[in-house]
Amino acid sequence: MAKVGPHNSRVPLEIGRLMTDERSRAVILQLLVLLGVLLFFAFIVSNTIANLQRVGLASGFGFLSDAAFFDINQRLIEYTSQSSFGRALIVGLLNTILVSALGIIAATLLGFIGGVLRLSDNWIVSRLVTAWVEFTRNVPLLLQIIFWWAILTSLPKVRDSISIGGVAFLNNRGLRTPAPLFETGMEWVVAALFVAIVASVVLVRWARKRQEKTGKTFPSALATFCLIIGTPLIVYFLAGQPVNWDLPVRTRFNFRGGFNITPELIALWFALSTYTAAFISEIVRSGIQSVSRGQTEAASALGLSKNQTMRLVIIPQALRVIIPPLTSQFLNLTKNSSLAIAIGYQDLVSIGGTILNQSGQALEVVGIWMAVYLSLSLATSAFMNWYNKRIALVER
Amino acid sequence: MTQPFFRQKDEMLSERPPPASTVGIIGWLRSNLFSNWINTSLTLLSLYILWMAVPSLIEWAFIKAQLSGDDRFACSEDGACWAWLDQRIGQFLYGLYPAKETWRINIAFVLLFPALAPWLIDNIPGKKWLRWYSIFYPFIAAWLLVGGWFGIIEGVTTNNLGGFALNLTVGLAGIVLSLPIGIMLALGRQSRLPLIRWFSVIFIETVRGVPLITLLFVSNILLPIFLPPDVALDAVIRVIIMVSAFASAYMAEVIRGGLQAIPKGQYEAASAMGLGYWQSMRLIILPQALKISIPGIVNTFIGLFKDTTLVIVIGLFDILGIANAMVSNPDWLGLSSETYVFVSLFFFAVCFSMSRYSMRLERKLDTDKR
Repeated sequence: MAKVGPHNSRVPLEIGRLMTDERSRAVILQLLVLLGVLLFFAFIVSNTIANLQRVGLASGFGFLSDAAFFDINQRLIEYTSQSSFGRALIVGLLNTILVSALGIIAATLLGFIGGVLRLSDNWIVSRLVTAWVEFTRNVPLLLQIIFWWAILTSLPKVRDSISIGGVAFLNNRGLRTPAPLFETGMEWVVAALFVAIVASVVLVRWARKRQEKTGKTFPSALATFCLIIGTPLIVYFLAGQPVNWDLPVRTRFNFRGGFNITPELIALWFALSTYTAAFISEIVRSGIQSVSRGQTEAASALGLSKNQTMRLVIIPQALRVIIPPLTSQFLNLTKNSSLAIAIGYQDLVSIGGTILNQSGQALEVVGIWMAVYLSLSLATSAFMNWYNKRIALVER
Repeated sequence: MTQPFFRQKDEMLSERPPPASTVGIIGWLRSNLFSNWINTSLTLLSLYILWMAVPSLIEWAFIKAQLSGDDRFACSEDGACWAWLDQRIGQFLYGLYPAKETWRINIAFVLLFPALAPWLIDNIPGKKWLRWYSIFYPFIAAWLLVGGWFGIIEGVTTNNLGGFALNLTVGLAGIVLSLPIGIMLALGRQSRLPLIRWFSVIFIETVRGVPLITLLFVSNILLPIFLPPDVALDAVIRVIIMVSAFASAYMAEVIRGGLQAIPKGQYEAASAMGLGYWQSMRLIILPQALKISIPGIVNTFIGLFKDTTLVIVIGLFDILGIANAMVSNPDWLGLSSETYVFVSLFFFAVCFSMSRYSMRLERKLDTDKR
């Protein structure tokens, strides 16, 4: 980009002018850098080979099929201590994805609410939200994770669980909630949901086309909402309520039935989402403020209501400013989920650390970590770039 | 003739006061807090939250708090227990640094302010000399903290450096190193020389794509494999290297944003003046680019400083590590709220003042909008 210095491409090269001629200087400089990098890597590789030979470690990914011999209590797929290291890593990866996905959803919701509330005319509300944002942003995330985990694990013992409406119980082993049991007929409800989604997409397209042709508006937001919520609900009752709830029942020492969410997951999820939400709310606030006042005035001059102005004028323009930094917040959240290791939530890094200690295959484990996080990052940013391009300003 | 129902007046009528409901406290309340039902309910909700939280928090932290005692049994259940402060404050500040040597950390801390002053305050007398001093300050501070080089003060191993002093050391060293490295990487990414550009891009994207924790693991586990057996780098040095490498990749992206915002005319004008690459960067481009990037740069500094707590995962005892150790100590078991709130205040103070300073600077440097 920076074109500095004359382009004297006509002057023939001479040995004495190698360092003053721009082209030859560029070549020499790059060769020197290349040489330096190559030497650096040669140094590292030769040391590594020598060190590994000295310790007698074989390198390679063969260890992934060895039995792991450790337990993982937070898992989304089948896993026993007899399973392989490779499977343990997959369990860890799924745990990372689980907490990141939950965190991204909650952080986005909280962050948008926070950003809008900060801009509210209401003095007390905007001050309160500002105080929350400033405090959350300026305290290390690791500290917040450990703090929430310490609070959750100091809750009453199982015997004195805090009952939430008699169906869920909170104690120092986590939150025990009812678990849904799906019976036959559930597939109809799922099918109905899909049909409703497809129908609403068609409906919205039709409504937009009709508005472009005739200028008549259609309450598509309300209609889509009714379709997507209503259709599965009707089918659910027609199919004879095919969901049974497995309620947790208190036994002598623990609970039977239900579903237990570990305090590690709750603490990590809560800390990640509130921390990231504070950043997102700042992004949303500055995004909305970046839309100039003239836009609002022009919209009300056109006779748009306050609601329409927000929906049709402000938000589409603000989103263009919001999306790129929002992407990097999502990536940060995913990477920050690796702090799980501090409280023992078994994510990719934490399980990788255990494997590393057991097998000694440091190079391979670190390589897997880096490859996974890099591809998660690249995938997220590819998706968000696609989305960003879709909503970007179409200039004439 | 009947009296006309209007009467001509020659002078202006005096202004009538606006309705009482739109001015003063009542008007402010109406327009700010109770303008419609959503606002009213939000106001009431906020007031309820404040009413529930603030008095009980003050009662817990101050009124019913216990300030002295030998262990947690000296404290009551319903108030905060600050009794540990007296015994443990030294550890929170200095880690396991020998108690009779902590004056060295204090002096290094005091000497920090004149080193920061020429960069933060505009009209300070002797700015030139202070700048020279601040270049030498890192060496003075390192000598004070580690010692043992000239035999005047005895050496302390860096493993004993801990507490908030460790956070400040790693944070400041990271800040000092990451800015120049970040500038070089940003320039490298914009370079016309393809090899230099690729190396910069690969470094920046790799480092930004992985969590800092994995880099710290690399420094802890892989560096001994990468280096010859007889070379052993100090743990704190390794952490500083990794934290700076991590922050400089983010810094490079922030500065690249600033570089891209400089109009092409500036580059062309610089080369029309006959300035070479480095001259035009130093005198024309970077001063403008860095000015635009100040908010991002300070945000990176804040992030870096908060990230210094991650050193606990590789076994160093920064202020958070000390707090964790204390919370699990039988004498003070279960004081997690007090401890972590106390620690968070340290970080809040440093990070909040950094962000406020950057906002002030931003307003001051915003010369073209006045």
